[in-house]
Amino acid sequence: MSSKDVILDRIRAALGAGAETPEIPRDYRRGPAQVDLDLLVERLVDYKAVVHRLTAEKPDTGEPVAGGGVEGSGPQAGVGGARPLDDLDHLAEGRANAQVGVEAAAVRAAIAGILGAGTVVVPPGLPLEWLPDGVHGLVDDGLSAERIAAADGVVTAAAVAVVETGTIVLDASPDQGRRIISLLPDLHICVLRADQVVASVPEAVARLDPTRPLTWISGPSATSDIELNRVEGVHGPRNLHVILAGQ
Amino acid sequence: MSTFLGMPVHAPRGVGHLRGDESFPDAARTALGDSQLRRNLQHATTTIRGKSGRVIAELPDWQELRSAGSALKSYTMAHLPELLEQLEEKVTAAGGVVHWAADANEADRIVTDLVRAAGEQRVIKVKSMATQEIGLNEALEAAGITPVETDLAELIVQLGNDKPSHILVPAIHRNRSEIREIFLRAMPGVDPKLTDDPPVLAGAARRYLRETFLSTKVAVSGANFAIADTGTLAVVESEGNGRMCLTLPETLITVMGIEKLVPTWQDLEVFLQLLPRASTGERMNPYTSMWTGVTPGDGPQNFHLVLLDNGRTAVLADEVGRQALHCIRCSACLNVCPVYERTGGHAYGSVYPGPIGAILSPQLTGVADNASLPYASSLCGACFDACPVKIDIPSILVHLRNQAPHPRTEAAVMAAAAYTMDHPRLYRSAQRAAKLSRIAGRRGRGLPPPLNGWSASRDLPAPPKETFRDWWRNR
Amino acid sequence: MRIALFVTCLADTMFPAAAKATVLLLERLGHEVVFPEEQTCCGQMHINTGYQKDALPLVKRHVKTFEPYDVVVAPSGSCVGSVRHQHAMVAGADAGLAARASAVAARTYELSELLVDVLGVEDVGAYYPHRVTYHPTCHSLRVLRVGDKPVRLLRNVRGLDLVELPAAEQCCGFGGTFSVKNADTSTAMLADKMRHVLDTGADVCTAGDASCLMHIGGGLSRLRTGVRTVHLAEILASTEA
Ligand code: SF4
Repeated sequence: MSSKDVILDRIRAALGAGAETPEIPRDYRRGPAQVDLDLLVERLVDYKAVVHRLTAEKPDTGEPVAGGGVEGSGPQAGVGGARPLDDLDHLAEGRANAQVGVEAAAVRAAIAGILGAGTVVVPPGLPLEWLPDGVHGLVDDGLSAERIAAADGVVTAAAVAVVETGTIVLDASPDQGRRIISLLPDLHICVLRADQVVASVPEAVARLDPTRPLTWISGPSATSDIELNRVEGVHGPRNLHVILAGQ
Repeated sequence: MSTFLGMPVHAPRGVGHLRGDESFPDAARTALGDSQLRRNLQHATTTIRGKSGRVIAELPDWQELRSAGSALKSYTMAHLPELLEQLEEKVTAAGGVVHWAADANEADRIVTDLVRAAGEQRVIKVKSMATQEIGLNEALEAAGITPVETDLAELIVQLGNDKPSHILVPAIHRNRSEIREIFLRAMPGVDPKLTDDPPVLAGAARRYLRETFLSTKVAVSGANFAIADTGTLAVVESEGNGRMCLTLPETLITVMGIEKLVPTWQDLEVFLQLLPRASTGERMNPYTSMWTGVTPGDGPQNFHLVLLDNGRTAVLADEVGRQALHCIRCSACLNVCPVYERTGGHAYGSVYPGPIGAILSPQLTGVADNASLPYASSLCGACFDACPVKIDIPSILVHLRNQAPHPRTEAAVMAAAAYTMDHPRLYRSAQRAAKLSRIAGRRGRGLPPPLNGWSASRDLPAPPKETFRDWWRNR
Repeated sequence: MRIALFVTCLADTMFPAAAKATVLLLERLGHEVVFPEEQTCCGQMHINTGYQKDALPLVKRHVKTFEPYDVVVAPSGSCVGSVRHQHAMVAGADAGLAARASAVAARTYELSELLVDVLGVEDVGAYYPHRVTYHPTCHSLRVLRVGDKPVRLLRNVRGLDLVELPAAEQCCGFGGTFSVKNADTSTAMLADKMRHVLDTGADVCTAGDASCLMHIGGGLSRLRTGVRTVHLAEILASTEA
């Protein structure tokens, strides 16, 4: 008798005549609810991500919203020259290609403000025009772990973000790449479009495809292991910058 | 023979960490005298209670989520055979290999064989209760394989030659200056100028483990959730060591209790809201990784899932006690428990401490092997209120006490008391006798053993002149 | 209203003042109190110590004794808790008994519940000129969920200076036989409870359970703190005269 059969037999014996099967009450909030981007920014910042909003109305406000860049972070200068975005309706149709609706010049300026110069790993599907002059994009075509770890940062797009929890989810699409690239560098710059943002966890779960590898990120790497206080910065990227495009 | 094999059995003795060397009261006595431990625990549990309370208050539907979580777990238990087979089918279809382990010995053997087959001498581990439960590190070491714990708290415990004392924060009993000393003493290559500033301590762990992450080819993990209808596994963590273990190695071995299942992908929407707020008191923990089998070109290309029984089916066989299998290991019940806050986790003797440990360990091992644990509670009920999946821990404690072996004298006293109380006339004379003996002998200040533990630190009230009953009659 | 008193074995034997106060208070409010003399103990100590078999005759006795009454009151949160949450379970396979136990349980109230929910009074006309702090015992708080009913009653007592107890919802460490089997841990919990009580500067610590008060009072007395424990019923029964 295999252990599988042993265990399944034991379970059946344990349940005997059968355990009761309750109705699952789903009267918790499942959405869809209004997306409040200001709250998303607040929640991201609360968990020490640095947020750069590319707003359409106020093209000159590229000031990063306060956050706690930990050690190793580049200068956090303002972002200049953000301009009105392209037609957003067009984006609402779900999985649009990352570059659609994101003003490359604005992203470039934001990244320049974060990093200045250096080498960043980029997934194969990321628009290279997002990178400013002076920032070299190392396209991941199966790079070794050592080369990824040695880069100054990584730039990815995102799949979904959750307002209520300040969470960004990557699903390994071509503009987000393999899981390893957003893990080893100490700086992760994530470009997020407003139409990817949902209000709550249930709405995010509904949008995601579980057969893809998913990484839910809420702030930079942290630990609560020392006296149960949250301290940023252990093994993952210690600096998380979110560039939020659209409104 | 098959009937015998197919009956639920308890976790075997001689392997793993479910049984302590001392009874709870004895172990607790030692812990209570450790003033540093008391201060560390009080500080940590007070902090986490405050944080958790604040983020739970942000959700208007917390109670609805708890009810959904509780119902989902009951549903899962009722359909466990089908759901496990569905999980196996999905994981296999996605390129993973599923193994079934009837107990700790079998699970240890499966994992050891897999590491050997990969030709490796070292594995990196992400914190997992299941692998602690089965004593996997000891089994690997016996086979010449070095397990490296990568979770900061586990690393503190491993480097300090210590034992974990909390589900979520195994080094909760250590404060920052103790951690600094452990690192200075036991962490190879550590900066001798290390301070006790938490970010500095975290940075030391980052440097220490980086090379190990990059060069180790096999990782062992646990799982927080396994989704039956998709074959997806989820690990919830903070530091990124989990992501390292789940992403960098060539081979990933995940050991998971059979109760960790969730029926559908959608159900995760409930647990991903309950777990972080109840456990670390965060809206969401920094990292959650989810994977389904093997993804070509991304992450480990060999994935093994070990499904562990080790006494869980025996828990399932108890209609009242089976609720303990609903546990999502958030540790909220530990953090609110007045007993845990004072004794810490080591006193419970098992890897599962606190209120959940007091109901889970005795059921996994059989109550006789952990007979003092169901009594390690004042039944104050704080755990039940805190539990995100509404496990009625106090009721299960009472239920298990009813199964526990009782000391012979106590049983005799209890039977006599019950008999007396079922006979009002005897009861009345006993009331008078109790009163007289105290007036005559002990001036209301002491009690005979075994009750003297009580009167050691408390005065008995002065005996009343008359019982209520007498007053009523004479009114 | 005709109200049956479930005195509880502890109040009957050790704390008759709390039971007498319950009677006098309800009579002062114009109700008739009866005391069914066949009652002894609800069996809670047996149940919580793991002796359900021994508790069964006590549950039967309790049900039979109180079945004839429409309203039952006890000056104890934990005994009412046992009646409400444990009796039917102890009856177990005896479905008839379980149903009868549930019916009795549904008509059984802790004192503050009876006053506020059933009788609709929050001002019982009491007078008690002392500085008082209130400990919400675990079973009143988390099993019965009496909420702030006792505090509402206390706020209406003339002359009473109510001071809030820090970390009030933490267990005092009694827990029945817990305080014997785990005497050290119980004492550690008690030490913190006493510290909080002393921090309030109150002369009196009150609660709705004689058992917890025996525990807290025993500790306060041993340390000669001068702070007394007084059952809620006694405070509510006090008048100026
Ligand atoms: S029993 Fe409940 S509160 Fe305790 S660890 Fe498990 S899920 Fe969390």
